[in-house]
Amino acid sequence: MNKRSSWALPYFIFMVLFVVLPLLLIVFYSLQDGSGHFTLANIGKFFTDKDALSTFALSIEVAIENTFICILLGYPAAYILADKRLNRSAVTVVLFILPMWINALMRTLATAELFNMAGIALGKGTLLFGMAYDYLPFMIYPIYNVLNKMDKSYSEAAQDLGATPGQVFRKVTLPLSMPGIMSGVMMVFMPTVSTFAISEFLTNNKIKLFGTIIQENINNSMWNYGAALSLVMLLIIGITTFLQGGEAQEEATGGLI
Amino acid sequence: MSQNDVIIKVEHLSKSFGDKTVLDDINLEIKRGEFVTLLGPSGCGKTTMLRFIAGFNTADEGKIIMEGKDITDVPPFKRPLNTVFQRYALFPHLDVYDNIAFGLKLNKVPEEEIDKRVMKVLKLVSMSDYEDRDVESLSGGQQQRVAIARALINQPKVLLLDEPLAALDLKMRKDMQIELKEMHKKLGITFIYVTHDQEEALTLSDTIVVMNEGKIQQIGTPTDIYNEPVNAFVADFIGESNILKGRMIRDRRVAFIKHEFDCVDEGFGEDVKVDVVVRPEDIYFTTDPAKCQFKAKVNSCIFKGVHYEMWVDTDTGYELMIQDYDPYPVGSEVMLYIDPDDIQVMKKEREANTYAAKVTGEGEVEFLGTTFACDTTGFEEGDEVVATIRFEKVDLLDYEEEADTTGNVVFILYMGNHYHLTVKTESGENIWVDTNDIWDKGDFVGIKILPEDIRLSKPAAGNE
Amino acid sequence: MDWKKLFAKLYIWLLLIVLYAPIAFIVIFSFTEAKSLGNWTGFSTALYQNLFNGSMQNASGLLSAVKNTLLIALVASVVATLLGTIAAIGIFHLHGTKKQTMTFLNNIPMINPDIITGVSLFLLFVFLGISQGYTTVILAHITFCTPYVVLNVMPKLRQMNPNIYEAALDLGATPAQAFRKVLVPALRPGMISGFILSFTMSLDDFVVTFFTRGTIGLDTLSTYIYTDARKGGLTPELKPLMSIIFLIILVVLLVINIRQSKQLEKKA
Repeated sequence: MNKRSSWALPYFIFMVLFVVLPLLLIVFYSLQDGSGHFTLANIGKFFTDKDALSTFALSIEVAIENTFICILLGYPAAYILADKRLNRSAVTVVLFILPMWINALMRTLATAELFNMAGIALGKGTLLFGMAYDYLPFMIYPIYNVLNKMDKSYSEAAQDLGATPGQVFRKVTLPLSMPGIMSGVMMVFMPTVSTFAISEFLTNNKIKLFGTIIQENINNSMWNYGAALSLVMLLIIGITTFLQGGEAQEEATGGLI
Repeated sequence: MSQNDVIIKVEHLSKSFGDKTVLDDINLEIKRGEFVTLLGPSGCGKTTMLRFIAGFNTADEGKIIMEGKDITDVPPFKRPLNTVFQRYALFPHLDVYDNIAFGLKLNKVPEEEIDKRVMKVLKLVSMSDYEDRDVESLSGGQQQRVAIARALINQPKVLLLDEPLAALDLKMRKDMQIELKEMHKKLGITFIYVTHDQEEALTLSDTIVVMNEGKIQQIGTPTDIYNEPVNAFVADFIGESNILKGRMIRDRRVAFIKHEFDCVDEGFGEDVKVDVVVRPEDIYFTTDPAKCQFKAKVNSCIFKGVHYEMWVDTDTGYELMIQDYDPYPVGSEVMLYIDPDDIQVMKKEREANTYAAKVTGEGEVEFLGTTFACDTTGFEEGDEVVATIRFEKVDLLDYEEEADTTGNVVFILYMGNHYHLTVKTESGENIWVDTNDIWDKGDFVGIKILPEDIRLSKPAAGNE
Repeated sequence: MDWKKLFAKLYIWLLLIVLYAPIAFIVIFSFTEAKSLGNWTGFSTALYQNLFNGSMQNASGLLSAVKNTLLIALVASVVATLLGTIAAIGIFHLHGTKKQTMTFLNNIPMINPDIITGVSLFLLFVFLGISQGYTTVILAHITFCTPYVVLNVMPKLRQMNPNIYEAALDLGATPAQAFRKVLVPALRPGMISGFILSFTMSLDDFVVTFFTRGTIGLDTLSTYIYTDARKGGLTPELKPLMSIIFLIILVVLLVINIRQSKQLEKKA
């Protein structure tokens, strides 16, 4: 025994210093003006800044659309990969995870070049395609993980009780795979809202997403406004995490390799 | 017994996890070379106690003395004793040889000697030629042997075994019991063995320590414990028994199930309430009316392999269990008798629930961490009193709304015509209840006591 | 049934082709001399030669970016693996609110999008007045890598017989020996996957590095590519470099996964 629980202490201190304190600093800086006085002006600015608001709305819109595209494309793929009758090879699964490990910027640049070569004008369409392409593996993997671990006897029991294959899917498989979908959503939605380089490359700087605005403000030494914008994002993360109930992270990344 | 014979001495050991007391002022002496078993139901504190001896748990209070030296603060890796763990705890990344040699290699014992000793100990556990095997490829019984070999190779003075056979199947368990017993004889070292299996304890031990709820109930040889249990818990836990309410009429004469019997117990006094234990194999059938002490009707009969187990209803309305080699048909009227030798009379632990209480107002008294309504005539607010409630006057409810307080059923005893329950209340104190209703161990119950059933009295001097 | 199977196969392969198209694109165009992507001027290994003998434009910039990337990834993932393993053991033995708190804290960096991690750490370093450079980037990478190590070690702790650490102590090992000789071997698979995950995440990171690298001109591959692309022309030698990195990762991951599934089959 010898209090092995105390081994968590160094990490606790590390987390407080490098996770909790920095998040508090976002709040701290967003409530300050340039000379260190308390103010609500930064947050007020966001709500009156038409540019920021429309970018924010667009980012949410793109993120929702991207998440849906990823679910629509990714769920069938995860389902097929997890079905032993349709796919016996573990290598196929690895092939789906593999692109996650290639430098995202490089992949994105290549995608943009492909569009150029095919003569497709860069814009919202290419943005959505490129995003889906970047984030699809993050949707497939958690769903696959849940489906793969699911006890087959559930669907057999449903069939035994008279459910047609369609009913088995709707009433048993789909509800049971919800945790996978939820963690997939977590891994796709928030990163989409906050990307910056990717959206620039895919639209040739035509479309700005929320992440770009944050980055521009921070880079131009407008820390306080940048912090306020980050705070807005933090609130959304808080809400979505709360709605989702947390917990699903392990499904998403446990045993990724 | 001279002090020299004592190898391990546990003094005033207490341990709580949160507000749960796991060990409550335990005192125990273990003799050199003895096979001692700590026996009790799960959660009785036996494993905690073993881990305390091994050094894995620290106690809140108390000392452990080994060969006259206080080793309470000695870390486990410096204690001259070794442990065989539940589910073996073999190191999965090492083969049989390296598992066994682990301790010796740490101590930088020369390789030739390690070799010799590993081979010797492998032979002792009948596992020669297995040294290169991967431990995960071994069967449960073989892993068990490796675990024992690994613990023995360090030549400990005391071997601790934590339910070592629990994971084996019945046949294997029986074989290993015999081997353990032989190993103990051959090695001559002290074994401290933890189990919840009373049969295993009776088979293996020189001394059994029966534990329940963090307290030692009885220490004795297997025969003592079986034949002369000191209380209802021990009688119920060891073997099958009929536990009944009785009354000592005078020395060597006891009444229970509304009949009188001769017995061999003396010194309880006259007309004193007692508990009586009769083992099911000690109730005999007879066809001789002169021998018959009471009559009964067989209401069930089940073949148990060697004997038949029968439940009979006595002519006075009690239910008894009887084991006999011959079956009697269900519904038949039988004549029965019990030998005086086979009646075990036990002092009653308590005759009613008594609590130190406090009058908190007119018609109000506080105990068990809550306030009860009752007649407080003759007492004033603030008086310290004793509240007495008879077992059968406590009502158990399966809902909380109307209850005075709540608790969990922790122990159930069938007394022939009613159940005697121990209920642990919210305040952590026990309340004992006689009831005809059927409850299960662990049930969450509401406790209700009517005002007229609480009797108050002045606390006796020096007593509660 | 057969139709279903055919359709499933078709769907999977179609998705894979789309997913790999850009990567294949990079690899293909690494074998031509043209400056921009998508411009084929005949087969050539000139870009590879340039890369290896360092005779391209701005060779030192790209080279130091590669060096920085590897150094940062290596240091960050080694530290994260150690910190995360010890933390996982600690968290595993915690109970109640303390365990929940630690699990919650551990989840934060994984839930946070990169930009929040980047901005918040940037503010921290500004607040503490630490000048940004190697140290801050490495600290930032440790911050987002460690939770994944914890997550990978945890299941191994659950599978492990809880008594083996105590068995080692019982047999005379000191706590440090028991950690090295018993815990580490039992947790090794989780530590290795945690390490590889950390290493690749660190290699791939752009956003967090971007915010914590300061103004001393520290570049990793990601920030180099970003600046390069913003300037207009990608350094052509990036194509062979990326192809090589892709090949290495492909081989490593395939080998690991095939070995794992073989082990699983053996056990089953």
